[in-house]
Amino acid sequence: MGITFSDITSSAPLVSLVLFSFLTLIVESWGKDKPVLSYWVSLLGVGVSLALSFGHLGAGIPVFGGMLLQGGFAGYCNLIFLSSAFLTILLSRGYLERMECHRGEFYILILFSTVGMMLMAGALNLITVFLGIELMSVSLYVLAGFMRKKVRSNESALKYFLLGAFATGFLLYGIALIYGTSGTTDLVAISKLFPQLSHNPIFLVGCGLLVVAFSFKIAAVPFHMWAPDVYEGAPTTVSGFMSTGAKAAAFATFLLVFVRVFDIAGTSLSQVIAVIAAASMIVGNVTAVAQTNVKRMLAYSSIAHAGYMLSGIAAANVEGETGILFYLLAYTFVNVGAFGIVSIMERQDDKKLNFEDYEGLSARRPALAVLMTIFMFSLAGIPPFAGFFGKYYVFLAAVKANLTWLAILGVLTSLISVYYYLRLVVLMYFREGDADLDHSVPRRSMIALAIAAISIVVLGLYPSLIVDLTRSFFKI
Amino acid sequence: MELQPYLLLSAITFVIGVVGVLSRRNAIIVFMSIELMLNSVNLSLVAFSAFLGDVTGQMLVFFAMTVAAAEAAIGLAIIISMFRNKQTVNIDDINILKW
Repeated sequence: MGITFSDITSSAPLVSLVLFSFLTLIVESWGKDKPVLSYWVSLLGVGVSLALSFGHLGAGIPVFGGMLLQGGFAGYCNLIFLSSAFLTILLSRGYLERMECHRGEFYILILFSTVGMMLMAGALNLITVFLGIELMSVSLYVLAGFMRKKVRSNESALKYFLLGAFATGFLLYGIALIYGTSGTTDLVAISKLFPQLSHNPIFLVGCGLLVVAFSFKIAAVPFHMWAPDVYEGAPTTVSGFMSTGAKAAAFATFLLVFVRVFDIAGTSLSQVIAVIAAASMIVGNVTAVAQTNVKRMLAYSSIAHAGYMLSGIAAANVEGETGILFYLLAYTFVNVGAFGIVSIMERQDDKKLNFEDYEGLSARRPALAVLMTIFMFSLAGIPPFAGFFGKYYVFLAAVKANLTWLAILGVLTSLISVYYYLRLVVLMYFREGDADLDHSVPRRSMIALAIAAISIVVLGLYPSLIVDLTRSFFKI
Repeated sequence: MELQPYLLLSAITFVIGVVGVLSRRNAIIVFMSIELMLNSVNLSLVAFSAFLGDVTGQMLVFFAMTVAAAEAAIGLAIIISMFRNKQTVNIDDINILKW
Protein backbone atom coordinates (compact mmCIF):
# COMPACT_ATOMS: atom_id res chain seq x y z
CA MET A 1 0.00 0.00 0.00
CA GLY A 2 2.52 2.57 -1.17
CA ILE A 3 1.95 6.09 -2.34
CA THR A 4 1.23 6.18 -6.05
CA PHE A 5 1.58 9.03 -8.49
CA SER A 6 -2.18 9.27 -8.86
CA ASP A 7 -2.47 9.84 -5.09
CA ILE A 8 -0.39 12.97 -5.51
CA THR A 9 -2.22 14.28 -8.58
CA SER A 10 -5.66 13.68 -7.05
CA SER A 11 -4.68 15.63 -3.95
CA ALA A 12 -2.79 18.33 -5.85
CA PRO A 13 -4.26 21.34 -3.92
CA LEU A 14 -3.22 19.80 -0.60
CA VAL A 15 0.21 18.63 -1.74
CA SER A 16 1.05 21.96 -3.41
CA LEU A 17 0.04 23.90 -0.29
CA VAL A 18 2.20 21.66 1.91
CA LEU A 19 5.16 22.26 -0.40
CA PHE A 20 4.57 26.01 -0.40
CA SER A 21 4.31 25.99 3.41
CA PHE A 22 7.78 24.48 3.64
CA LEU A 23 9.05 26.85 0.95
CA THR A 24 7.79 29.82 2.97
CA LEU A 25 9.49 28.38 6.03
CA ILE A 26 12.81 28.15 4.16
CA VAL A 27 12.45 31.60 2.60
CA GLU A 28 11.72 33.11 6.00
CA SER A 29 14.71 31.54 7.72
CA TRP A 30 16.95 32.61 4.83
CA GLY A 31 16.10 36.25 4.52
CA LYS A 32 15.77 37.40 8.11
CA ASP A 33 13.73 40.58 8.57
CA LYS A 34 12.32 40.37 5.09
CA PRO A 35 8.72 39.37 5.78
CA VAL A 36 7.64 40.82 2.43
CA LEU A 37 9.20 37.84 0.66
CA SER A 38 7.28 35.39 2.86
CA TYR A 39 4.15 37.40 2.11
CA TRP A 40 4.56 36.96 -1.63
CA VAL A 41 5.50 33.27 -1.43
CA SER A 42 2.55 32.45 0.81
CA LEU A 43 0.18 34.43 -1.38
CA LEU A 44 1.46 32.57 -4.42
CA GLY A 45 1.10 29.22 -2.61
CA VAL A 46 -2.50 29.87 -1.66
CA GLY A 47 -3.24 31.18 -5.14
CA VAL A 48 -1.81 28.08 -6.83
CA SER A 49 -3.67 25.79 -4.49
CA LEU A 50 -6.88 27.75 -5.08
CA ALA A 51 -6.49 27.45 -8.84
CA LEU A 52 -5.84 23.70 -8.54
CA SER A 53 -8.91 23.25 -6.31
CA PHE A 54 -11.21 24.43 -9.12
CA GLY A 55 -10.13 21.35 -11.06
CA HIS A 56 -10.94 19.03 -8.16
CA LEU A 57 -14.69 19.41 -7.79
CA GLY A 58 -15.65 16.14 -9.47
CA ALA A 59 -16.37 12.80 -7.82
CA GLY A 60 -14.49 12.00 -4.61
CA ILE A 61 -11.50 9.67 -4.89
CA PRO A 62 -10.00 7.86 -1.86
CA VAL A 63 -6.24 8.45 -1.78
CA PHE A 64 -3.25 7.54 0.39
CA GLY A 65 -4.54 4.09 1.31
CA GLY A 66 -8.04 5.33 2.15
CA MET A 67 -6.88 7.95 4.67
CA LEU A 68 -8.14 10.89 2.60
CA LEU A 69 -11.03 11.50 0.22
CA GLN A 70 -10.08 14.15 -2.32
CA GLY A 71 -12.28 15.93 -4.85
CA GLY A 72 -15.99 16.74 -4.54
CA PHE A 73 -16.80 17.71 -0.97
CA ALA A 74 -13.16 18.18 0.01
CA GLY A 75 -12.42 20.18 -3.14
CA TYR A 76 -15.30 22.53 -2.45
CA CYS A 77 -14.32 22.96 1.20
CA ASN A 78 -10.74 23.68 0.09
CA LEU A 79 -12.12 26.59 -1.93
CA ILE A 80 -13.65 28.01 1.26
CA PHE A 81 -10.49 27.63 3.37
CA LEU A 82 -8.19 28.92 0.66
CA SER A 83 -10.33 31.99 -0.09
CA SER A 84 -10.33 32.75 3.61
CA ALA A 85 -6.54 32.35 3.81
CA PHE A 86 -5.99 34.39 0.63
CA LEU A 87 -8.06 37.35 1.78
CA THR A 88 -6.59 37.15 5.30
CA ILE A 89 -3.04 37.31 3.95
CA LEU A 90 -3.93 40.30 1.73
CA LEU A 91 -5.58 42.16 4.61
CA SER A 92 -2.97 41.26 7.23
CA ARG A 93 0.09 42.85 5.68
CA GLY A 94 -1.03 46.45 6.08
CA TYR A 95 -2.55 45.72 9.48
CA LEU A 96 0.57 44.05 10.88
CA GLU A 97 2.82 46.80 9.51
CA ARG A 98 0.70 49.41 11.26
CA MET A 99 0.70 47.42 14.51
CA GLU A 100 4.50 47.12 14.25
CA CYS A 101 4.61 43.35 14.42
CA HIS A 102 5.03 42.40 10.78
CA ARG A 103 6.95 39.14 10.85
CA GLY A 104 7.10 36.33 8.33
CA GLU A 105 6.07 33.61 10.78
CA PHE A 106 2.54 34.92 10.47
CA TYR A 107 2.20 33.73 6.87
CA ILE A 108 3.82 30.37 7.61
CA LEU A 109 1.34 29.72 10.40
CA ILE A 110 -1.61 30.74 8.22
CA LEU A 111 -0.46 28.26 5.56
CA PHE A 112 0.05 25.40 8.03
CA SER A 113 -3.30 25.94 9.65
CA THR A 114 -4.93 25.96 6.19
CA VAL A 115 -3.25 22.61 5.50
CA GLY A 116 -4.82 21.33 8.73
CA MET A 117 -8.25 22.53 7.58
CA MET A 118 -7.85 20.78 4.24
CA LEU A 119 -6.94 17.53 6.03
CA MET A 120 -10.07 17.89 8.17
CA ALA A 121 -12.42 18.30 5.22
CA GLY A 122 -10.74 15.51 3.25
CA ALA A 123 -10.50 13.00 6.09
CA LEU A 124 -11.70 9.45 5.53
CA ASN A 125 -10.34 8.13 8.81
CA LEU A 126 -10.72 9.34 12.39
CA ILE A 127 -6.92 9.53 12.72
CA THR A 128 -6.80 12.06 9.87
CA VAL A 129 -9.61 14.02 11.52
CA PHE A 130 -7.60 14.18 14.75
CA LEU A 131 -4.35 15.20 13.08
CA GLY A 132 -6.07 17.81 10.90
CA ILE A 133 -7.82 19.42 13.87
CA GLU A 134 -4.58 19.53 15.82
CA LEU A 135 -2.50 20.96 12.99
CA MET A 136 -5.07 23.70 12.50
CA SER A 137 -5.52 24.45 16.21
CA VAL A 138 -1.86 24.47 17.22
CA SER A 139 -1.10 27.00 14.47
CA LEU A 140 -4.07 29.11 15.53
CA TYR A 141 -2.99 29.14 19.20
CA VAL A 142 0.22 30.83 18.11
CA LEU A 143 -1.55 33.20 15.72
CA ALA A 144 -3.93 34.32 18.48
CA GLY A 145 -0.94 35.28 20.61
CA PHE A 146 1.02 36.72 17.72
CA MET A 147 1.37 40.20 19.24
CA ARG A 148 3.42 38.84 22.09
CA LYS A 149 4.15 42.21 23.70
CA LYS A 150 0.44 42.80 24.20
CA VAL A 151 -1.20 41.35 27.30
CA ARG A 152 -4.58 41.01 25.61
CA SER A 153 -3.11 38.95 22.82
CA ASN A 154 -1.27 36.71 25.33
CA GLU A 155 -4.42 36.25 27.27
CA SER A 156 -6.42 35.39 24.20
CA ALA A 157 -3.83 32.78 23.20
CA LEU A 158 -3.76 31.27 26.68
CA LYS A 159 -7.54 30.96 26.87
CA TYR A 160 -7.80 29.56 23.39
CA PHE A 161 -5.01 27.11 24.08
CA LEU A 162 -6.32 25.80 27.41
CA LEU A 163 -9.89 25.37 26.21
CA GLY A 164 -8.79 24.03 22.82
CA ALA A 165 -6.54 21.42 24.43
CA PHE A 166 -9.36 20.54 26.82
CA ALA A 167 -11.61 19.92 23.80
CA THR A 168 -8.87 17.79 22.25
CA GLY A 169 -9.11 15.49 25.26
CA PHE A 170 -12.81 14.97 24.58
CA LEU A 171 -12.19 14.46 20.88
CA LEU A 172 -9.57 11.80 21.50
CA TYR A 173 -11.72 10.01 24.06
CA GLY A 174 -14.63 10.02 21.64
CA ILE A 175 -12.43 8.55 18.92
CA ALA A 176 -11.16 5.90 21.36
CA LEU A 177 -14.69 4.81 22.30
CA ILE A 178 -15.84 4.70 18.69
CA TYR A 179 -12.75 2.69 17.78
CA GLY A 180 -13.32 0.32 20.70
CA THR A 181 -16.93 -0.41 19.78
CA SER A 182 -16.57 -0.55 16.00
CA GLY A 183 -13.06 -2.04 15.83
CA THR A 184 -11.90 0.42 13.18
CA THR A 185 -11.16 4.09 12.65
CA ASP A 186 -12.04 3.99 8.97
CA LEU A 187 -15.09 6.17 8.37
CA VAL A 188 -16.46 4.10 5.48
CA ALA A 189 -16.33 0.93 7.58
CA ILE A 190 -17.97 2.72 10.52
CA SER A 191 -20.74 4.03 8.27
CA LYS A 192 -21.60 0.43 7.28
CA LEU A 193 -21.70 -0.65 10.93
CA PHE A 194 -23.69 2.41 12.07
CA PRO A 195 -27.20 0.85 12.02
CA GLN A 196 -26.23 -1.86 14.52
CA LEU A 197 -23.87 0.34 16.54
CA SER A 198 -26.41 3.11 17.05
CA HIS A 199 -27.95 1.14 19.95
CA ASN A 200 -24.64 0.55 21.70
CA PRO A 201 -24.44 2.94 24.70
CA ILE A 202 -20.61 3.17 24.66
CA PHE A 203 -20.67 4.08 20.96
CA LEU A 204 -23.26 6.77 21.67
CA VAL A 205 -21.11 8.17 24.49
CA GLY A 206 -18.25 8.32 21.97
CA CYS A 207 -20.47 10.21 19.52
CA GLY A 208 -21.56 12.54 22.32
CA LEU A 209 -17.92 13.34 23.14
CA LEU A 210 -17.29 14.11 19.46
CA VAL A 211 -20.30 16.48 19.47
CA VAL A 212 -18.79 18.25 22.51
CA ALA A 213 -15.36 18.56 20.85
CA PHE A 214 -16.75 19.84 17.55
CA SER A 215 -19.08 22.25 19.36
CA PHE A 216 -16.01 23.73 21.05
CA LYS A 217 -14.36 24.27 17.69
CA ILE A 218 -17.40 25.92 16.09
CA ALA A 219 -18.12 27.90 19.28
CA ALA A 220 -21.68 26.68 19.86
CA VAL A 221 -23.48 27.24 23.18
CA PRO A 222 -22.72 25.94 25.87
CA PHE A 223 -19.13 25.54 24.65
CA HIS A 224 -18.76 29.10 23.37
CA MET A 225 -17.20 30.85 26.38
CA TRP A 226 -13.80 31.20 24.75
CA ALA A 227 -14.97 32.80 21.50
CA PRO A 228 -15.68 36.42 22.52
CA ASP A 229 -12.46 36.75 24.52
CA VAL A 230 -10.29 35.08 21.92
CA TYR A 231 -11.76 37.04 19.00
CA GLU A 232 -11.43 40.29 20.92
CA GLY A 233 -7.84 39.76 22.05
CA ALA A 234 -6.37 38.17 18.93
CA PRO A 235 -5.02 40.31 16.06
CA THR A 236 -8.14 41.40 14.15
CA THR A 237 -7.35 39.70 10.86
CA VAL A 238 -6.61 36.48 12.76
CA SER A 239 -10.04 36.75 14.40
CA GLY A 240 -11.47 36.99 10.91
CA PHE A 241 -9.53 33.90 9.86
CA MET A 242 -10.58 31.94 12.96
CA SER A 243 -14.23 32.82 12.58
CA THR A 244 -14.30 31.79 8.91
CA GLY A 245 -11.64 29.26 7.91
CA ALA A 246 -11.38 27.48 11.24
CA LYS A 247 -15.12 27.50 11.77
CA ALA A 248 -15.75 26.26 8.25
CA ALA A 249 -13.23 23.44 8.78
CA ALA A 250 -14.90 22.40 12.02
CA PHE A 251 -18.27 22.44 10.27
CA ALA A 252 -16.87 20.40 7.38
CA THR A 253 -15.72 17.71 9.83
CA PHE A 254 -18.98 17.89 11.73
CA LEU A 255 -20.87 17.35 8.47
CA LEU A 256 -18.48 14.65 7.38
CA VAL A 257 -18.78 12.59 10.54
CA PHE A 258 -22.39 13.15 11.53
CA VAL A 259 -24.23 13.55 8.23
CA ARG A 260 -22.12 11.94 5.55
CA VAL A 261 -20.89 8.95 7.59
CA PHE A 262 -23.32 8.46 10.47
CA ASP A 263 -26.90 8.81 9.37
CA ILE A 264 -28.19 10.69 12.38
CA ALA A 265 -31.50 11.85 10.85
CA GLY A 266 -34.31 11.19 13.34
CA THR A 267 -32.03 9.81 16.08
CA SER A 268 -31.46 11.20 19.56
CA LEU A 269 -28.15 12.71 18.37
CA SER A 270 -30.08 14.90 15.96
CA GLN A 271 -32.25 16.10 18.86
CA VAL A 272 -29.16 16.97 20.92
CA ILE A 273 -27.69 18.95 18.04
CA ALA A 274 -31.01 20.75 17.52
CA VAL A 275 -30.99 21.86 21.16
CA ILE A 276 -27.39 23.11 20.87
CA ALA A 277 -28.39 25.00 17.71
CA ALA A 278 -31.35 26.64 19.44
CA ALA A 279 -29.26 27.65 22.46
CA SER A 280 -26.55 29.15 20.22
CA MET A 281 -29.07 31.24 18.26
CA ILE A 282 -30.67 32.63 21.42
CA VAL A 283 -27.54 33.29 23.50
CA GLY A 284 -25.49 34.60 20.56
CA ASN A 285 -28.09 37.09 19.35
CA VAL A 286 -29.32 38.31 22.72
CA THR A 287 -25.78 38.89 24.07
CA ALA A 288 -24.63 40.57 20.86
CA VAL A 289 -27.26 43.30 21.34
CA ALA A 290 -25.57 44.41 24.57
CA GLN A 291 -22.04 44.76 23.15
CA THR A 292 -20.21 48.07 22.71
CA ASN A 293 -17.06 46.65 21.09
CA VAL A 294 -17.45 45.78 17.40
CA LYS A 295 -15.03 42.83 17.55
CA ARG A 296 -16.95 41.37 20.48
CA MET A 297 -20.26 41.93 18.69
CA LEU A 298 -18.92 40.04 15.67
CA ALA A 299 -17.81 37.22 18.01
CA TYR A 300 -21.30 36.82 19.45
CA SER A 301 -22.74 37.10 15.96
CA SER A 302 -20.48 34.23 14.90
CA ILE A 303 -21.89 32.13 17.75
CA ALA A 304 -25.39 32.88 16.47
CA HIS A 305 -24.40 31.96 12.91
CA ALA A 306 -22.98 28.66 14.21
CA GLY A 307 -26.47 28.05 15.61
CA TYR A 308 -28.15 28.70 12.24
CA MET A 309 -25.74 26.37 10.48
CA LEU A 310 -26.15 23.65 13.12
CA SER A 311 -29.85 23.46 12.31
CA GLY A 312 -28.74 22.12 8.92
CA ILE A 313 -26.71 19.39 10.64
CA ALA A 314 -29.59 18.52 12.96
CA ALA A 315 -31.77 18.10 9.85
CA ALA A 316 -29.11 15.78 8.35
CA ASN A 317 -30.64 15.73 4.87
CA VAL A 318 -29.39 16.77 1.45
CA GLU A 319 -30.87 20.27 1.83
CA GLY A 320 -29.07 20.65 5.14
CA GLU A 321 -25.72 19.72 3.69
CA THR A 322 -26.00 21.93 0.60
CA GLY A 323 -27.37 24.73 2.79
CA ILE A 324 -24.41 24.59 5.15
CA LEU A 325 -21.89 24.41 2.33
CA PHE A 326 -23.43 27.47 0.67
CA TYR A 327 -23.72 29.27 4.00
CA LEU A 328 -20.06 28.62 4.86
CA LEU A 329 -18.82 30.09 1.58
CA ALA A 330 -21.04 33.18 1.92
CA TYR A 331 -20.17 33.61 5.60
CA THR A 332 -16.46 33.34 4.87
CA PHE A 333 -16.50 36.28 2.46
CA VAL A 334 -18.76 38.33 4.72
CA ASN A 335 -16.85 37.83 7.94
CA VAL A 336 -13.35 38.16 6.51
CA GLY A 337 -14.57 41.43 5.01
CA ALA A 338 -16.20 42.68 8.21
CA PHE A 339 -13.16 41.88 10.34
CA GLY A 340 -11.01 43.38 7.57
CA ILE A 341 -12.77 46.74 7.88
CA VAL A 342 -12.49 46.58 11.68
CA SER A 343 -8.76 45.93 11.26
CA ILE A 344 -8.46 49.00 9.01
CA MET A 345 -10.30 51.18 11.54
CA GLU A 346 -8.28 49.87 14.50
CA ARG A 347 -5.34 51.89 15.91
CA GLN A 348 -2.45 50.93 18.16
CA ASP A 349 -3.38 49.65 21.64
CA ASP A 350 -6.91 48.53 20.76
CA LYS A 351 -8.17 52.05 20.04
CA LYS A 352 -11.18 52.77 17.79
CA LEU A 353 -12.89 49.44 18.22
CA ASN A 354 -16.20 50.67 19.63
CA PHE A 355 -19.47 51.37 17.88
CA GLU A 356 -19.26 55.15 18.42
CA ASP A 357 -15.91 55.23 16.60
CA TYR A 358 -17.84 54.54 13.38
CA GLU A 359 -20.10 57.63 13.69
CA GLY A 360 -20.18 59.60 10.46
CA LEU A 361 -17.77 57.34 8.62
CA SER A 362 -19.71 57.66 5.35
CA ALA A 363 -18.86 61.37 5.03
CA ARG A 364 -15.10 60.88 4.98
CA ARG A 365 -14.60 57.29 3.84
CA PRO A 366 -17.62 56.47 1.65
CA ALA A 367 -16.06 53.36 0.13
CA LEU A 368 -15.41 51.72 3.50
CA ALA A 369 -18.91 52.63 4.67
CA VAL A 370 -20.52 51.09 1.58
CA LEU A 371 -18.50 47.88 1.96
CA MET A 372 -19.32 47.61 5.66
CA THR A 373 -23.00 48.13 4.85
CA ILE A 374 -22.91 45.27 2.34
CA PHE A 375 -21.30 42.99 4.93
CA MET A 376 -23.76 43.96 7.67
CA PHE A 377 -26.79 43.52 5.38
CA SER A 378 -25.52 40.12 4.38
CA LEU A 379 -24.92 39.07 8.01
CA ALA A 380 -28.43 40.21 8.87
CA GLY A 381 -29.76 38.08 6.01
CA ILE A 382 -31.32 40.83 3.92
CA PRO A 383 -31.84 39.87 0.25
CA PRO A 384 -30.31 40.03 -2.34
CA PHE A 385 -27.05 39.37 -0.49
CA ALA A 386 -25.71 35.86 -0.04
CA GLY A 387 -26.43 35.68 3.70
CA PHE A 388 -30.17 35.55 2.98
CA PHE A 389 -29.97 32.42 0.85
CA GLY A 390 -27.68 30.69 3.34
CA LYS A 391 -30.28 31.12 6.07
CA TYR A 392 -33.11 30.22 3.69
CA TYR A 393 -31.53 26.87 2.77
CA VAL A 394 -30.67 25.74 6.29
CA PHE A 395 -34.08 26.69 7.66
CA LEU A 396 -35.75 24.95 4.70
CA ALA A 397 -33.76 21.82 5.57
CA ALA A 398 -34.94 22.03 9.20
CA VAL A 399 -38.57 22.27 8.10
CA LYS A 400 -38.20 19.25 5.82
CA ALA A 401 -36.75 17.22 8.71
CA ASN A 402 -39.75 18.01 10.95
CA LEU A 403 -37.78 20.51 13.01
CA THR A 404 -40.12 23.39 12.22
CA TRP A 405 -39.73 24.83 15.72
CA LEU A 406 -36.02 25.26 15.07
CA ALA A 407 -36.64 27.12 11.81
CA ILE A 408 -39.18 29.42 13.50
CA LEU A 409 -36.72 30.13 16.32
CA GLY A 410 -34.04 30.83 13.71
CA VAL A 411 -36.21 33.40 11.93
CA LEU A 412 -37.21 35.09 15.21
CA THR A 413 -33.62 35.35 16.47
CA SER A 414 -32.52 36.67 13.04
CA LEU A 415 -34.94 39.53 13.62
CA ILE A 416 -33.09 40.40 16.84
CA SER A 417 -29.81 40.35 14.94
CA VAL A 418 -31.07 42.96 12.46
CA TYR A 419 -31.00 45.47 15.33
CA TYR A 420 -27.31 45.28 16.10
CA TYR A 421 -26.12 44.91 12.52
CA LEU A 422 -28.13 47.88 11.30
CA ARG A 423 -27.11 49.94 14.34
CA LEU A 424 -23.64 50.08 12.85
CA VAL A 425 -25.02 51.15 9.47
CA VAL A 426 -27.15 53.86 11.10
CA LEU A 427 -24.13 55.17 13.01
CA MET A 428 -22.07 55.36 9.84
CA TYR A 429 -24.69 57.13 7.74
CA PHE A 430 -27.07 59.10 9.95
CA ARG A 431 -24.96 60.27 12.85
CA GLU A 432 -22.68 63.27 12.97
CA GLY A 433 -19.19 62.18 13.97
CA ASP A 434 -15.54 62.47 13.17
CA ALA A 435 -14.75 58.87 12.28
CA ASP A 436 -11.77 58.97 9.98
CA LEU A 437 -8.45 57.27 9.35
CA ASP A 438 -5.06 58.84 9.99
CA HIS A 439 -3.42 56.50 7.50
CA SER A 440 -4.12 55.61 3.90
CA VAL A 441 -5.67 52.23 3.21
CA PRO A 442 -3.26 50.01 1.24
CA ARG A 443 -4.54 49.08 -2.20
CA ARG A 444 -4.17 45.35 -1.51
CA SER A 445 -6.57 45.64 1.43
CA MET A 446 -9.15 47.43 -0.74
CA ILE A 447 -8.75 44.71 -3.39
CA ALA A 448 -9.40 42.01 -0.77
CA LEU A 449 -12.50 43.83 0.50
CA ALA A 450 -13.76 44.33 -3.05
CA ILE A 451 -13.30 40.64 -3.85
CA ALA A 452 -15.29 39.75 -0.73
CA ALA A 453 -18.10 42.20 -1.52
CA ILE A 454 -18.38 41.16 -5.18
CA SER A 455 -18.48 37.48 -4.21
CA ILE A 456 -21.30 38.16 -1.77
CA VAL A 457 -23.36 39.96 -4.40
CA VAL A 458 -22.69 37.30 -7.07
CA LEU A 459 -23.52 34.44 -4.67
CA GLY A 460 -26.67 36.30 -3.66
CA LEU A 461 -27.79 36.78 -7.26
CA TYR A 462 -26.89 33.28 -8.50
CA PRO A 463 -27.10 30.91 -5.50
CA SER A 464 -27.92 28.02 -7.84
CA LEU A 465 -24.31 28.07 -9.11
CA ILE A 466 -23.18 26.66 -5.77
CA VAL A 467 -26.28 24.73 -4.75
CA ASP A 468 -26.38 22.62 -7.94
CA LEU A 469 -22.71 21.81 -7.45
CA THR A 470 -22.90 20.89 -3.77
CA ARG A 471 -26.02 18.75 -4.24
CA SER A 472 -23.90 16.17 -6.07
CA PHE A 473 -21.64 15.66 -3.04
CA PHE A 474 -24.25 14.21 -0.72
CA LYS A 475 -23.07 11.11 1.21
CA ILE A 476 -19.79 9.28 0.82
CA MET B 1 -8.24 -10.67 28.21
CA GLU B 2 -10.36 -8.69 30.64
CA LEU B 3 -11.18 -5.27 29.16
CA GLN B 4 -13.27 -3.68 31.87
CA PRO B 5 -10.62 -2.84 34.54
CA TYR B 6 -8.52 -0.94 32.00
CA LEU B 7 -11.49 1.05 30.74
CA LEU B 8 -12.55 1.82 34.29
CA LEU B 9 -9.08 3.04 35.25
CA SER B 10 -8.94 5.11 32.08
CA ALA B 11 -12.36 6.66 32.76
CA ILE B 12 -11.42 7.48 36.36
CA THR B 13 -8.16 9.21 35.40
CA PHE B 14 -9.98 11.07 32.62
CA VAL B 15 -12.51 12.41 35.12
CA ILE B 16 -9.69 13.37 37.52
CA GLY B 17 -8.16 15.33 34.65
CA VAL B 18 -11.46 17.08 33.83
CA VAL B 19 -11.99 18.01 37.48
CA GLY B 20 -8.42 19.33 37.62
CA VAL B 21 -8.99 21.56 34.58
CA LEU B 22 -12.20 22.94 36.00
CA SER B 23 -11.04 23.49 39.60
CA ARG B 24 -7.33 24.45 39.49
CA ARG B 25 -6.31 28.06 38.95
CA ASN B 26 -2.65 27.76 38.04
CA ALA B 27 -2.27 27.62 34.25
CA ILE B 28 0.53 25.05 34.44
CA ILE B 29 -1.46 22.70 36.67
CA VAL B 30 -4.48 23.10 34.37
CA PHE B 31 -2.22 22.13 31.52
CA MET B 32 -0.92 19.09 33.44
CA SER B 33 -4.53 18.01 34.01
CA ILE B 34 -5.14 18.20 30.27
CA GLU B 35 -2.10 15.97 29.71
CA LEU B 36 -3.57 13.54 32.23
CA MET B 37 -6.79 13.44 30.20
CA LEU B 38 -4.89 12.69 27.00
CA ASN B 39 -2.84 9.95 28.64
CA SER B 40 -5.89 8.29 30.16
CA VAL B 41 -7.34 8.11 26.65
CA ASN B 42 -4.10 6.50 25.48
CA LEU B 43 -4.64 3.78 28.07
CA SER B 44 -8.13 3.13 26.67
CA LEU B 45 -6.80 3.00 23.15
CA VAL B 46 -4.07 0.50 24.03
CA ALA B 47 -6.54 -1.66 25.95
CA PHE B 48 -8.99 -1.68 23.04
CA SER B 49 -6.17 -2.40 20.65
CA ALA B 50 -4.97 -5.42 22.64
CA PHE B 51 -8.54 -6.63 23.14
CA LEU B 52 -9.46 -6.38 19.47
CA GLY B 53 -6.10 -7.73 18.28
CA ASP B 54 -5.89 -4.71 15.96
CA VAL B 55 -2.86 -2.45 15.66
CA THR B 56 -4.65 0.78 14.68
CA GLY B 57 -5.25 1.79 18.28
CA GLN B 58 -1.59 1.58 19.18
CA MET B 59 -0.70 3.57 16.09
CA LEU B 60 -3.16 6.26 17.14
CA VAL B 61 -1.47 6.37 20.55
CA PHE B 62 1.82 7.30 18.90
CA PHE B 63 0.10 10.10 17.00
CA ALA B 64 -1.60 11.26 20.19
CA MET B 65 1.73 11.37 22.05
CA THR B 66 3.34 13.36 19.26
CA VAL B 67 0.48 15.83 19.17
CA ALA B 68 0.59 16.15 22.97
CA ALA B 69 4.31 16.95 22.77
CA ALA B 70 3.68 19.62 20.14
CA GLU B 71 0.90 21.08 22.26
CA ALA B 72 3.18 21.10 25.31
CA ALA B 73 5.79 23.09 23.39
CA ILE B 74 3.25 25.65 22.19
CA GLY B 75 1.42 25.79 25.51
CA LEU B 76 4.49 26.40 27.63
CA ALA B 77 5.66 29.06 25.17
CA ILE B 78 2.31 30.83 25.50
CA ILE B 79 2.44 30.60 29.29
CA ILE B 80 6.00 32.03 29.32
CA SER B 81 5.08 34.98 27.10
CA MET B 82 2.13 35.62 29.40
CA PHE B 83 4.39 35.49 32.45
CA ARG B 84 6.84 37.97 30.89
CA ASN B 85 4.09 40.55 30.50
CA LYS B 86 2.10 39.98 33.68
CA GLN B 87 4.37 38.14 36.15
CA THR B 88 1.60 35.65 36.91
CA VAL B 89 0.30 32.34 35.65
CA ASN B 90 -2.83 32.36 37.78
CA ILE B 91 -5.95 32.19 35.62
CA ASP B 92 -7.95 34.34 38.05
CA ASP B 93 -5.47 37.21 37.66
CA ILE B 94 -5.76 37.08 33.89
CA ASN B 95 -8.97 38.98 33.48
CA ILE B 96 -8.61 42.08 31.35
CA LEU B 97 -10.96 40.34 28.99
CA LYS B 98 -14.10 39.06 30.62
CA TRP B 99 -13.73 35.32 31.22
